Amino acid sequence: MTKGADKESGGIDWSQYQGGDFFDEMITPKGGARRASQRVVKHLGQLSREELESRRVAAESTVRDMGVSFTVYSDGENIDRTWPFDLIPRVISAKEWEQTANGLKQRVRALNLFINDVYHEQKIFKDGVVPEYLIKDSKNFRPECVGITPPKGVWAHICGCDLVRDADGKFYVLEDNLRVPSGVAYMLENREISKRVLPELFETNNILPVDDYPAKLFNMLASVSPRKVRQPEIVILTPGIYNSAYFEHAYLAQQLGVELVEGSDLFVDKDDCVYMKTISGLERVDVVYRRIDDLFLDPEAFHPDSILGVPGIMRAWQAGNVALVNAPGAGVADDKVVYAYVPKMIEYYLGEKAILPNVETYLCDDPEQLKYVVENIEKLVVKPANESGGYGMMVGPHATKKDHEEFRKLVQENPRNYIAQPTLMLSTAPVITGPGEAEPRHLDLRPFVLQGTDLAVTTGGLTRVALKKGSLVVNSSQGGGSKDTWIVAEGGAK
Amino acid sequence: MMLSRVAERVYWFARYLERVESMARLIQVYTGLLFDLPRDTGISWHNLVIASGSHGEYNRRFSVQDEKRVVKFLLEDLSNPSSLASSLRMVRENIRTTRDIVPQESWELVNEFQIFVSENIAQGLNRRYRHEFLEEIIKTCQQINGLIADTMRRDAAWHFLNMGRSLERADMTIRILEAGASMSSDFIENDTNHVLDAVWGSVLGTLNATMPFRRTMKVAIKGDDAARFLLEDTLFPRAVTCGLLRMQDSAKQLPSSEKVMSCLNDFVKTVTSGSDYTDVSVGFPAYLTELEKNSIVIHKAIQDTWFQPT
Repeated sequence: MTKGADKESGGIDWSQYQGGDFFDEMITPKGGARRASQRVVKHLGQLSREELESRRVAAESTVRDMGVSFTVYSDGENIDRTWPFDLIPRVISAKEWEQTANGLKQRVRALNLFINDVYHEQKIFKDGVVPEYLIKDSKNFRPECVGITPPKGVWAHICGCDLVRDADGKFYVLEDNLRVPSGVAYMLENREISKRVLPELFETNNILPVDDYPAKLFNMLASVSPRKVRQPEIVILTPGIYNSAYFEHAYLAQQLGVELVEGSDLFVDKDDCVYMKTISGLERVDVVYRRIDDLFLDPEAFHPDSILGVPGIMRAWQAGNVALVNAPGAGVADDKVVYAYVPKMIEYYLGEKAILPNVETYLCDDPEQLKYVVENIEKLVVKPANESGGYGMMVGPHATKKDHEEFRKLVQENPRNYIAQPTLMLSTAPVITGPGEAEPRHLDLRPFVLQGTDLAVTTGGLTRVALKKGSLVVNSSQGGGSKDTWIVAEGGAK
Repeated sequence: MMLSRVAERVYWFARYLERVESMARLIQVYTGLLFDLPRDTGISWHNLVIASGSHGEYNRRFSVQDEKRVVKFLLEDLSNPSSLASSLRMVRENIRTTRDIVPQESWELVNEFQIFVSENIAQGLNRRYRHEFLEEIIKTCQQINGLIADTMRRDAAWHFLNMGRSLERADMTIRILEAGASMSSDFIENDTNHVLDAVWGSVLGTLNATMPFRRTMKVAIKGDDAARFLLEDTLFPRAVTCGLLRMQDSAKQLPSSEKVMSCLNDFVKTVTSGSDYTDVSVGFPAYLTELEKNSIVIHKAIQDTWFQPT
């Protein structure tokens, strides 16, 4: 593999790479490179050890200089931490990606039809395809949204669907994030970093660009403006600098050329229109890409003590004077129990078979499935229906007996609030662990799907990787890092 | 179109960046000045604290006024809001929240800058490496300002930036003149002309004004001429009048600027009508205090006109 490279001073010695029982994204069980990764694997083996190390250092300092950072609440004073970046790209073939992207579009189309149905006729419940209790006790169902039709009937304009590969090497959807999914800025910055530190690979590989995302996002936002004007006023509403994704809010505002606003910058007048406070007075706003959770969005409608939101913005939205992206109440489909029914929704609304499979899911409120979960809890991953960021979940094989007991109790006390899934053999990819050394680490993929007048999917997405050996948790708040994701077309150099 | 909050942050970004550079210059020149003065002059490091405008805070906390204590206080002390490290932190905080309207590379530069300063601050405390360290800081500030000058559109954001920077410069020039006057009055009785020359030479040097002064005034360096040049010159960027005129250029371009324009007009009239700059112990310091008040009035007018949401 490392053809003539000296083991002491050469780059990555792939013959030492131990993939284990998992599907590895780059290296086959026999030790060869997968087809789409061939050039990358060969190149990393041929670079000298010093050269590889200097690329790694350069990537690190590029991350720092770019100020790529995420916020961790508990850090207090030091709210910035750099987001760990691994030099080795994750490579997916364009052919495989095309099929995956179609699956994602299909899924989001069905989800939007579902949400619209939930807030109108509720046909899917009446037809008995999905049980009604699903939304009756849902934390994310908003009575304020009943009867409202947002522009184009779209509720979830931006979705982050988490994909994983199991041991069979196939992509499965792990969850749909329909509230305020984050991470796309890291996808864009990761590409900037790899262009700077591995420029030669861009000459020898046909790597599809990712940087059309801001333009697609802008077009989507403009397409949902309720006022038909040539240049609708679009803003990004951030909870502010202490939010974990503030970096991304600012980055996107810059890429889109729109204003980044905080709640106190906006104001709803007696005419139920939204205005922003500017140096020349008040200015009408058409589209709010809000990065604030529903319940903090409007102190008049939800939490009265929220200082992040804009009093009256729900009124303005209900009156059809402003578009909120994603629409309030879209989170009703962002629930791990609802998730289990998505393949059925696709059949029901679209009359198609789901292109992308779900991970097998046990619903604890079904007595038989609950019994299975309680009896097999040490083999399963148990997740609360409504948490994000990997909080409150238990990975059976990695947990203690005490945890098993605790979760047996939790699921029995509140079955509606929990789902369980088999522990996946999450795929791995090589991560640089030392000079000239690479070891497999588990990863997932978060592509972003846009729906306005049209549907669009990012080219690849954000690959998140668990940097701790054996760990399955990829969240940035819990020790994860990221990789650049390359969708590579066959046929070599551009 | 510009948000009031963003205008305010851009304005403060420019003010704090100017403060970082001023502080570096101040310590740089003062360290040099102390080498030039006879050992027995008893001139104190405390003058630096006066020039930075933070003597109230310093006197409350410390009684020792030696080099180590003073330089530490002015360079790295994050509990001192006027320290270089504090100002740089505010530069970053303000640009961090307005990075969508300043040139993209300035955010990267500010990040690198803060990392450089926090990793090398010990060099600034050590006299042997101080010069090089401060020189690097000044250069970086100029690099950021240069990037903005060359790549930023002359839109509202630029005008707020320009106003913040110009007002901060005027403030700094007044404070440095105050420190000069304070040192002069310490020495004036002792007929120590060469000491006075060194003091006023360093005042000009701190503001990069030595050559412009010589070419404009065509006289040897003297206290009252230096003051006249630094207050009244209309073309030297760090002279107070010049800064005020630049602020007017920007204010004119912004909506509803009448009140700010009239305050600036008053200030320009006061500065250009001059004063007796030779009375370094009473009259001149009192006049400078008056000018400082004027500068606060301008800031207040800017705030009321553009930053306060209505």
